[in-house]
Amino acid sequence: MAGRAEFSLQGRRSFYFALLLAPPLLWLGIVYLGSLFTLLLQSFYAIDEFTARIVPEFTLATYRQLLTRPAHIDIIVRTLLMAVAVTLASAVIAFPVALYMARYAGPRLKALFYVGVMLPMWTSYLVKVYAWRLILAKQGIASWGFEHLGLMGALDKALQVPVVGGPSLASSYIGMFVVFVYMWLPFMILPLAAALERVPASLLQASADLGARPGQTFRNVVLPLALPGLAAGSIFTFSLTLGDYIIPSVVGAPGYFIGMMVYQQQGTAGNLPLAAAFSVVPIVLIGLYLMLARRLGAFDAL
Amino acid sequence: MTPAIELRATRRAFGSVVALDSVSLTIAPGEFFALLGPSGSGKTTCLRLIAGFDQPDSGTILLDGEDVTNTPPFARNVNTVFQDYALFPHMTVAENVAYGLRVRGIAAAERAKQAAAMLDLVRLGDFGARRPHQLSGGQRQRVALARALINRPQVLLLDEPLGALDLKLREEMQAELKGLQQRLGITFVFVTHDQGEALSMADRVAVFSQGRIEQLDTPRELYNRPQTAFVASFVGSANVVGREAAQVLTGRDLAFAIRPELIDILASGEPAADGYVQCAGEVVDVLYHGASSRLRVKVDEHTTLAVACAETAGSGVAGLTTGTRVRLAWRPEHAVQLQG
Amino acid sequence: MRSEQPRRPSWERPSLFTKVMAAVGLVFLHAPVWVITLYAFTTEDRTYQFPPPGLTLHWFDVAFARTDIWESMRLSLLVASAATLLAITLGTLAAFALARRTFSGKESITLLFVLPIALPGILTGLALLAGIRTVGIDPGFWTIVAGHATFCLVIVYNNVVARLRRIPPSWVEASMDLGARGHQTFRHVLLPQIATALLAGGMLAFALSFDEIIVTLFTAGHERTLPIWFYSELFRPRERPVTNVVAVVVILVTLVPILLAYYLTRPDEQSSSN
Repeated sequence: MAGRAEFSLQGRRSFYFALLLAPPLLWLGIVYLGSLFTLLLQSFYAIDEFTARIVPEFTLATYRQLLTRPAHIDIIVRTLLMAVAVTLASAVIAFPVALYMARYAGPRLKALFYVGVMLPMWTSYLVKVYAWRLILAKQGIASWGFEHLGLMGALDKALQVPVVGGPSLASSYIGMFVVFVYMWLPFMILPLAAALERVPASLLQASADLGARPGQTFRNVVLPLALPGLAAGSIFTFSLTLGDYIIPSVVGAPGYFIGMMVYQQQGTAGNLPLAAAFSVVPIVLIGLYLMLARRLGAFDAL
Repeated sequence: MTPAIELRATRRAFGSVVALDSVSLTIAPGEFFALLGPSGSGKTTCLRLIAGFDQPDSGTILLDGEDVTNTPPFARNVNTVFQDYALFPHMTVAENVAYGLRVRGIAAAERAKQAAAMLDLVRLGDFGARRPHQLSGGQRQRVALARALINRPQVLLLDEPLGALDLKLREEMQAELKGLQQRLGITFVFVTHDQGEALSMADRVAVFSQGRIEQLDTPRELYNRPQTAFVASFVGSANVVGREAAQVLTGRDLAFAIRPELIDILASGEPAADGYVQCAGEVVDVLYHGASSRLRVKVDEHTTLAVACAETAGSGVAGLTTGTRVRLAWRPEHAVQLQG
Repeated sequence: MRSEQPRRPSWERPSLFTKVMAAVGLVFLHAPVWVITLYAFTTEDRTYQFPPPGLTLHWFDVAFARTDIWESMRLSLLVASAATLLAITLGTLAAFALARRTFSGKESITLLFVLPIALPGILTGLALLAGIRTVGIDPGFWTIVAGHATFCLVIVYNNVVARLRRIPPSWVEASMDLGARGHQTFRHVLLPQIATALLAGGMLAFALSFDEIIVTLFTAGHERTLPIWFYSELFRPRERPVTNVVAVVVILVTLVPILLAYYLTRPDEQSSSN
């Protein structure tokens, strides 16, 4: 009779499937998830003040320390504000590039744009940071540019603005902001271009047919349909800024960012639990942001 | 005689959807058999079970008397022509056709020879070095045929073989497939949703609906003696008259179906012939088809009958317009009783 | 270009603003790399003076003589090779497993395969460090490779699974129907199709591993890959122009695999289905 013998089609397929999935799954499970788990565990431990050693007992003391010290809150807020600012600026700058690439460029130009956006994205992260350090330096290109455009005065005024200013572009929040925007720009352009490309031309023609002027069509048809792309891109800019520790230390003002704090705490300060606790903050913030982004349809645009 | 294919009480469900509900059928060797039905009726599932791409939840499948329910597709003496042809784009036409021999370890020279012979059979002898994307739809289908036949299967399965072709090509391929099957003498089983195709090509047709076979018969029987309302309206078009309406029209409450071309329109004053069933109604619309016209006549509140009339000179059809009152008549034996 | 496309009505053409801003954006994206390339040839060695007082190839010679740079470069190449091999193996296995079959828990497993690149690098780095310390290993070559392999396998997986999903299931069925067993179907039908995706994924993984810094800083211990060398140069530079030279070399070395990977994964009418 038709019993489910050992040679059944389904059985054979299931066996091979398990064979295929096991190695990568085990790897990710043990190496990756396992590590994440130990990190989470560490955040629930605390440092003994006197011996400076990690006490492996479950406690919420580290989290309390994280959330009650004003200096720590400062760090979190500072990082969050920068992430939001970078996201907004990226969206604004990315839009014309993505719009042109998606809807106006001919096939060859579009391919050129695509490569043109992708290459910087994959170019070495450190090289790009280093390049900006050179550009923003006191006698670097940026200063030279401002001088020759006669805008030196404006630059000095900008640098004197409290909080965001600083002794030079290379050691101010303005400089840091510019570098962040530069670094994540391709991550905003690509999903946005994809979303814009998906808007059917017939919708724009219908809008015009019904009497809308180009600006109205843009506001009422293009922008809402581009929103998922913007949301998708913003996930990258937001989370990448939130967790970065290299850019703030290379280009920027003395104030600490979450990433720097994490790096410092696990290194010189030897306070792994606090570092772990700090690293949980970006996860929570990103998680909240993802929920918001999902509402805006970001996941369909990825 | 051992049937070429036999299904016994085969059942396949996907979650809560029952694709095939305890279906049994036999197909004789050398038959050109059609599985006909709308989408979702279970005909494709049935084909895939025969090919071995799926296994039934219960029931048996036998090929040439042998139980193959647990045999994988590469061990069954059955080959398939897929709906999208499934030609391998990275191989030439000849390599595609020779594939079945290659995986059985046949030497290259012998493979090339047989592949060339196969391509000649489907009249694509000069196309061996080309790639699939360089061929037209009809040519690709012939390559798929050649590829499937090279293993000399006892049964050839075809999944909606003519669906992607335009009308002219479809008619050509119908004749070609029929001719090919008769020359090779093997069993062909094909799946289609086009009843015209099934009627013109097959020796016998199984009409599927909702996972069950409604009727399994020769095309003539299916057309002239449909057993259920579904078959009556799916195979050709028919007027299906329910029991209540039948009561009013014929005096007996038996549901029946009658083909539009078998209903006569009586000229004014002309009496109906003896024994004919008559009724009167108003023309609701007229569709002119060139050789014939199709009228819809409302005979009572709930019943509108479709009537097909040949447009021959003197038939009087040309004068009928919407709103005209007409009298209809038909022979009682043309009305086919329906069960269920 | 103008002759290829039909003329658009004037109200459907992009505004000057859009065109200019698009060009500005594109230039903005590339300018820093050009700047660094320029600085690799500058004659002065102290500041970042612009315009550079002169151009020379001198620093290239100096850079090529520095043994510490070659050491780091060698280590980076070894790490990248090892990580890429591991990534190709694991990523391809996972892609075949997850391409089509649905099963309970598939969504969570797919999420697991996205996490390594979705979560911030610092988290991955710190987590791996915590894991290393907990288990008690000494950070070194293999911990670096392990870290890299973890997200490199995701890159390979993404590339291969995307290609696999584009293969119609009827091809595999046709192959089986014609008598091929599992491994034959893989060899004759699937492998030729995924070859380019596999290669592209591997090259992207190599490039990613070669200039990885964020996670590597946590898992390297005392080893110095090229990016780590570069990073320390940012804070305590020995000879600034040499750093520029290394930057240019890194750009070129990673440019080649990236471009190749792009050309390999572009939709190609010849090799894909109709």
